[in-house]
Formats: sequence, structure tokens, C-alpha cells
Amino acid sequence: MPQSVVGPEIERLIQLLSRLPGLGPRSARRAALHLMKKKDLLLEPLARAAAEAAASVSVCSVCGNLDTRDPCSVCSDPLRDASVLVVVEDVGDLWALERAMATRGRYHVLGGTLSPLDGIGPDQLNLSSLMHRAQDGEIKEIILAVNATVEGQTTAHYVTDMLAGTDVRITRLAHGVPVGGELDYLDDGTLAAAMKSRTPF
Amino acid sequence: MEWSGEAIAIGTRRLGETDAILEVMTRDKGRWLGMVRGARSRRLRPVVQPGNTLSVTWRARLDEHLGNFRVEPIAERAGTLMASGSAIFGLQLLGEYLRLIPERDPHPRLYEALALLVEYLDDIPLAAELMARFELLLLDEMGFGLDLSECAATGATEDLGYVSPKSGRAVSHDAGRAYHDRLLPLPAFLVEARRDAAPDLEAVADALRLTAFFLERHLFAPRSLSLPDVRSSFERAVLAKPQR
Repeated sequence: MPQSVVGPEIERLIQLLSRLPGLGPRSARRAALHLMKKKDLLLEPLARAAAEAAASVSVCSVCGNLDTRDPCSVCSDPLRDASVLVVVEDVGDLWALERAMATRGRYHVLGGTLSPLDGIGPDQLNLSSLMHRAQDGEIKEIILAVNATVEGQTTAHYVTDMLAGTDVRITRLAHGVPVGGELDYLDDGTLAAAMKSRTPF
Repeated sequence: MEWSGEAIAIGTRRLGETDAILEVMTRDKGRWLGMVRGARSRRLRPVVQPGNTLSVTWRARLDEHLGNFRVEPIAERAGTLMASGSAIFGLQLLGEYLRLIPERDPHPRLYEALALLVEYLDDIPLAAELMARFELLLLDEMGFGLDLSECAATGATEDLGYVSPKSGRAVSHDAGRAYHDRLLPLPAFLVEARRDAAPDLEAVADALRLTAFFLERHLFAPRSLSLPDVRSSFERAVLAKPQR
């Protein structure tokens, strides 16, 4: 077995970096080497930032977002439209919608989708608090912004069923031709959905 | 090892950031799993959605390996099915049922029924009728088929109206009248060879109650499972809608 050329601390750093999305063992080694070469400029600030984030990050008790304050920055923003609630699968989806500045509504993070194959049922999702929020009278519209996958849409239909008795308008994102998309290259399902949801022009 | 054929996708599980484990049902090979490289790419993600019919080629060094699938779409219906509650819940329910059969165990009749059902999952109440028939077939394929050919008491082949929960055999209206509160109603559409009109919602509900009883007793309870939650969602979706 080849002897390790670095100490256990660096091995540990490489091992942890390789568990990040987009990084494998090889790219983790490169990243670790780069960090160590720029110890003052990168490694130490990164370690401090990671420690500070780890100490203060928490799950928002209202929407399930990740932030350093509770309620999170979105939930505590008074300029947000409190009558619109956007339901997303994950925090990454919330960030994507915020990047796109697509809505001024508030959010609710489910924490996943119903997936029998992975053993994720309704109890594993953040659904009971969604029901409470829908019933508090402030919310007029719930937008189901879940992925256009079978699992995402199963979750959307389940949420719609669950909220059937509430006095809230439930909408979902349109499915169709993406910006820059060429019809010739689109899959049949997207084309069929786009044709079905066509709008007056 | 290699084989090619037509398959219907019944499930996809993420594997790392770019790949996925695809679960398909085939006519000759049964339920089969394999890895699809790049399944989360923009091109392949819509293809590997459950409900789609695919042309698949499976390759592995040894037969017992997970192996890799190469997939090409034949019928991409997932996008259409997603819009309907009955279809999306039905699709998940079919996946749950097919996971009861062992991997790589061929069930051509179940494949044929699945292929028909995925075409009509958004057609109510036909979807419910076909689902009840699929559930009867599943029981039969697993060795717990109901005998709906003749009355268990009199041998009559006409006017069958009940099923005995004990034996799983049909009972005629006359013979079962005295015990009707202990028997399960048998909707006529499950035993009629041909008919002119679609069954009403009550008959469909009876059929789903009948199959639920035997599915739970023979297939789910012995595995310490209860009927999948998604079955209630499917029932609500198909029974709440008005008749065609």
C-alpha cells in the first residue's frame, strides 16, 4: 500500500472536500492544495467563515429555509407579499427563484418529494406546517413550484388534495418550451404539455 | 452479458450527481434495474421518467451485476400523465405493486396489462376499472388468484354477486343473500365477458374494495406492510370525478 505523502489533517481535509457536490477525490486534492498554497488569503478565511456559518445556521421555523436567523430573511422581510406562498422542494429551488426575482411572495420548503422508491412519505416532508400556514387566513394563493418530474408532480397533486378544504387558490408552474429551446430538440412530453397549456398571443 | 428490448420505466433513483438507477418492467425479463449514465442530463432526464416506454439495452460483465442501461425513448407520455391526479397516483401505485414481484422474474401478462394501463391512466373511470383488473391479475400472478368463474356454493356460472373473503371464490346472488353482510360485493363488470356501457362509480368502488381486501391479506400483510398511501390518493382521484 502506498504511504501517504501528507499528514492526517490534510488527508481529512481532502476527504471532506471530496464529499462536496461536484468534487471527486482528484478535484478535492487540487482544491486542498490550492487552499494550502493560499493559506492567508483563502484557507484561514474559509475556515473562519465555515465555523461562523456552522455556529449560526439553522432551519427557519416558519418556512424551512436555511439561514443564520430564525425566522429567515425572507420570512421576516416586511416588503414581501404575505398573501402568496411559493411551495418548493428544496432550499436550492428557493435560491433559484430568488435569483430569477420571479416572485415577491414568501416560501415554504418541503424538504424533498414523495418517493416510494426512497421510502419518503408524507410524514418525512414539511407538510403539516404548510397546512397550518394555509389555514391562518393570510394566504390567498399557493404556487406549487416543484420539479416537473413524476415525483415532483405526485407531491404537487398530494398537496393539492391536502389543501382541498382550504379557501386558498392553488396554482402550479407552467410546463413548456424553455427560453432558447428549439422544438426539434424537445422531448415529446414537454412538447405535448406546451401545446396543452398554450396561451393567447 | 447483454440484452435489448422494450421496457416501461417504473422508477428512477438518483445516483451521485449525474447518474441514476432506472427501474423498468419488461415483457420477457420482468422487473429489472440498471444504471443510466448521464441520466440527469438535460437530454436524458425527461426520457427516464416513470410511465415512458423505452427501448433499452442492458450490459454487464456478469449477469449478477447491476449493469448499465442505454435508453432511447419510444413513447414519452410522462409529461402528459403529470397533469392528471389519477395518472400520477396510478403510476406510483403501479410501481409499488411491481416492486412486490422479485427482480428479473418474467411476468408477460403483467407487462401487457401495465402497457395498456399507462395509456389510459388519465381516463376516468376507465383507469380505475383497469387498475382493479391489474390488481386481480397481480394476485393471480403471485399465486393468490380469485376464482370468479362459478359460484362456490351452487356451481352456477350466472348471476355472480359476491366473493367469499375466506376462500376468494365467487358466490351467486341467490346463495349469498343470507350472508351478504359477510361477503364482499362482486361488481358485474369483473365477470362479464362483454358489456355495452362503462361501469358506474359504485361498481368501480366495489371492485377496488374487493381487490384491496385480498391485496392486503395476501401480498402486503405477510410482508408487514399496509396498502400504499398512494392507493387512497388514487381512489380519491378516480372516484371523485363525474362519470364520462
